[in-house]
Amino acid sequence: MKSLEELREIRERMRAEIGLDKDRFNKTRVVVGMATCGLASGAKPVFDALSNMVNEKGLTNVSVVPTGCIGLCQYEPIVEVIEPGKDKVTYIKMTPEKVLEIVDQHLVRGNIVRKYTISEMVG
Amino acid sequence: MYRSHVLVCGGSGCTSAGAPKILEVLNKEIAKAGIKNEVSVVETGCHGLCDYGPIVVVYPGPTFYSKVRPEDIPEIVNEHLVNGQVVSRLVHNAEITDEGIKSINETDFYKKQYRIALRNCGIINPENIEEYIATGGYEALGRVLTQYTPEQVIQIIIDSGLRGRGGGGFPTGIKWKLARANDADQKYVCCNADEGDPGAFMDRSVLEGDPHVVLEAMTIAGYAIGASQGYIYIRAEYPLAIERLNKAIAQAREYGLLGKDIFGTGFNFDIELRLGAGAFVCGEETALMTSIEGNRGEPRPRPPFPAQKGLFQKPTLLNNVETYANIPQIILNGPEWFSSMGTEKSKGTKVFALGGKIRNTGLVEIPMGTTLREVVEDIGGGIPNNKKFKAAQTGGPSGGCIPASKYDIPIDYDNLVGIGSMMGSGGLIVMDEDNCMVDIAKFFLEFTVDESCGKCTPCRVGTKRLYEILDKITKGNGTMEDLDKLEELCVYIKENALCGLGQSAPNPVLSTLRYFRDEYIAHVKDKKCPAAVCKALLSYVIDPNACRGCTLCARSCPNNAISGKVKEAHVIDQDKCVKCGVCKEKCRFGAILIR
Amino acid sequence: MGVKHCTVPFAGTKEQHEKLLAVIAELKDQKGALMPIMQKAQEIYGYLPIEVQSIISNELNVPLEKIYGIATFYSQFALNPKGKYQISVCLGTACYVKGSGDILLKLKELLNISDGECTPDGKFSLDCCRCVGACGLAPVMMINGDVYGKITPDDVEEILAKYE
Repeated sequence: MKSLEELREIRERMRAEIGLDKDRFNKTRVVVGMATCGLASGAKPVFDALSNMVNEKGLTNVSVVPTGCIGLCQYEPIVEVIEPGKDKVTYIKMTPEKVLEIVDQHLVRGNIVRKYTISEMVG
Repeated sequence: MYRSHVLVCGGSGCTSAGAPKILEVLNKEIAKAGIKNEVSVVETGCHGLCDYGPIVVVYPGPTFYSKVRPEDIPEIVNEHLVNGQVVSRLVHNAEITDEGIKSINETDFYKKQYRIALRNCGIINPENIEEYIATGGYEALGRVLTQYTPEQVIQIIIDSGLRGRGGGGFPTGIKWKLARANDADQKYVCCNADEGDPGAFMDRSVLEGDPHVVLEAMTIAGYAIGASQGYIYIRAEYPLAIERLNKAIAQAREYGLLGKDIFGTGFNFDIELRLGAGAFVCGEETALMTSIEGNRGEPRPRPPFPAQKGLFQKPTLLNNVETYANIPQIILNGPEWFSSMGTEKSKGTKVFALGGKIRNTGLVEIPMGTTLREVVEDIGGGIPNNKKFKAAQTGGPSGGCIPASKYDIPIDYDNLVGIGSMMGSGGLIVMDEDNCMVDIAKFFLEFTVDESCGKCTPCRVGTKRLYEILDKITKGNGTMEDLDKLEELCVYIKENALCGLGQSAPNPVLSTLRYFRDEYIAHVKDKKCPAAVCKALLSYVIDPNACRGCTLCARSCPNNAISGKVKEAHVIDQDKCVKCGVCKEKCRFGAILIR
Repeated sequence: MGVKHCTVPFAGTKEQHEKLLAVIAELKDQKGALMPIMQKAQEIYGYLPIEVQSIISNELNVPLEKIYGIATFYSQFALNPKGKYQISVCLGTACYVKGSGDILLKLKELLNISDGECTPDGKFSLDCCRCVGACGLAPVMMINGDVYGKITPDDVEEILAKYE
């Protein structure tokens, strides 16, 4: 890194990529909580199932990424779906089976799977 | 000194929603109202509520106004800033959003939180440096290296009022200044990531979720004090954090953000990891440095202080993970922004790991000054199973138990010390009526006895004696003189131990003696454990009115301690009873009582 | 930090020895290299018997007493070999208030060993650990890195059975 300009170029490019720049964000971003608490609750198979399924279905507009602790350890594994122009949806207590339903319903068809969201499960 | 601070979000979400116009009108209206000297207006970074922008936040409070339009400003200024009346129609109302689905940010768990140290945790991919850069990462380092002198950087940290988040609460900026003041051919910047308090995992979460923030802050510190080498001392028990840190260091080197000639300024800085090996005392600063040098991690007497002679006998700056995690945001948003949050002497936020008997276990970051009640009841969701709150333990083995009578005390460094506990690194364990406070004190002493390094006598022998007296009390053999002896010994250890570990080791005993003395007395005088935890003091008895004489308990008892005829009330022979509890488990009528 | 004497004869291989020498050669010029070398040595041998400490002592020209002092100071260094399955029970505060003490008792009873020991067949070793940082799942135990959370004493036998 030789200058602040160089840093800012990366920032501008990446802001759209991860959804911070709402106007240019055109992808669906799915994050999986993969800190120790998440992994201990089984986040790895959930992440693998998600990535495989997204590949299999050819959803090139969806990126699946690991992230750190979301803060709610007892609801892990947690998966969040962030879509352009919409509120973030938080799914809790995920399993590889439930995740397949989310890919099928939410990512492919655009239907939020309400029964697994934090507001439905916790209130 | 301003009486109020108004923060206008200058993140790009709010900017595109019209924040610059808001700022302009706000300044105009404040001048018009003649309160320019009383209210400061600050432009801040993103609050993460971009969908509701532009966001305007008023401290003290804070009151969050969302979707503010320029025409709303006169009302905010006249009603709120002049008359002190919150404009309720503009307050951010996190009820129902899209299609009736509540987003996570609007749950009670998140509402009272404000995230600085944890701002990227759960948001970015920690293994991708570019995602960190996207959220403003390394901008602070770039600005510092190209626009500020080391003295200016230190002044910003001093002005922010940031204090060490590892426990003691020493002013961070002063620490930096002291390390800068000592000339040497080599200096070191260290990061304490030896998070050893049982029940505390804040630092682990930062390292796993946002490792670059620590690297960036350490590099800024290196520039400020004049060091070119950093060490992160991390527990070997945190393999994932180690892996992510190693990846982060490699990426930062690849992007030229660590190494030689950073940002083309000629400044060089690099960081290495050193793994701890499971010794709690290594969280103490001098012991940590002794351990990095490759020795038994025993503390050294101070002075000389680390700022004079630290690691390898060179001037050394040591801060913990959470402290560093605040630095880049302070540089970007300015010291006023940071010091507008919190209480008079404790600025900013603090991360707590909530655990124990609480509904929402997890990690929370709250402004200093939030009350314990808000943390436990509102954020933590209260105590499960309809039990009553009994105490909260903060500060781990160095801290104390806070009783229900102090439920409404605002949490900050000085208040916690005042009530016999301490901030510590941030473990907050909630206990209910089923926890015995003598047993908890004994638990912590067992820990300290095990972890005492053995170098000084007050700690090595003193904590062992404390443990023995507590053990005697929990077994029903204590006397009232023992309680006095406990107190006397506690004071002696506090005054004479060499390092912080020993000096604070008696705190769990002292605080429980102070607030739960009646429980100690019940153990000593009545030979009873009110919470029914201490096995030696329990007795199982059968309630003759509830017993149906089904004989199930008598048949299940491993020691044939129960007798009685069919359809008549049974009796437990106390001499034979081994207190295994099988009878209580088996009884279908709830007739077995513990006394 | 109780130190138990080693009763198992040392059975290091030539390959392990060479690996250790390579590690020493690589790290010895680093500042404060002793701990990282001992950590790598434990990775290679699985524990740090006096024979391995002697090799390090000779190669680095550091007195054996100092190495022994470090090995016994830090709980991570083991002077005894570990079992094929290493069980550790978290006794951190969050786990303790939720009953991990009872989990430990149950394990001791089932395995007939106390903490810090290994079963005679070398299958299970039992240790207590401080916080593993999974407090949200308390009480917690780990077997070779697999974390079992929210367990009760009744679950223990079933969990152990998976490793038969």
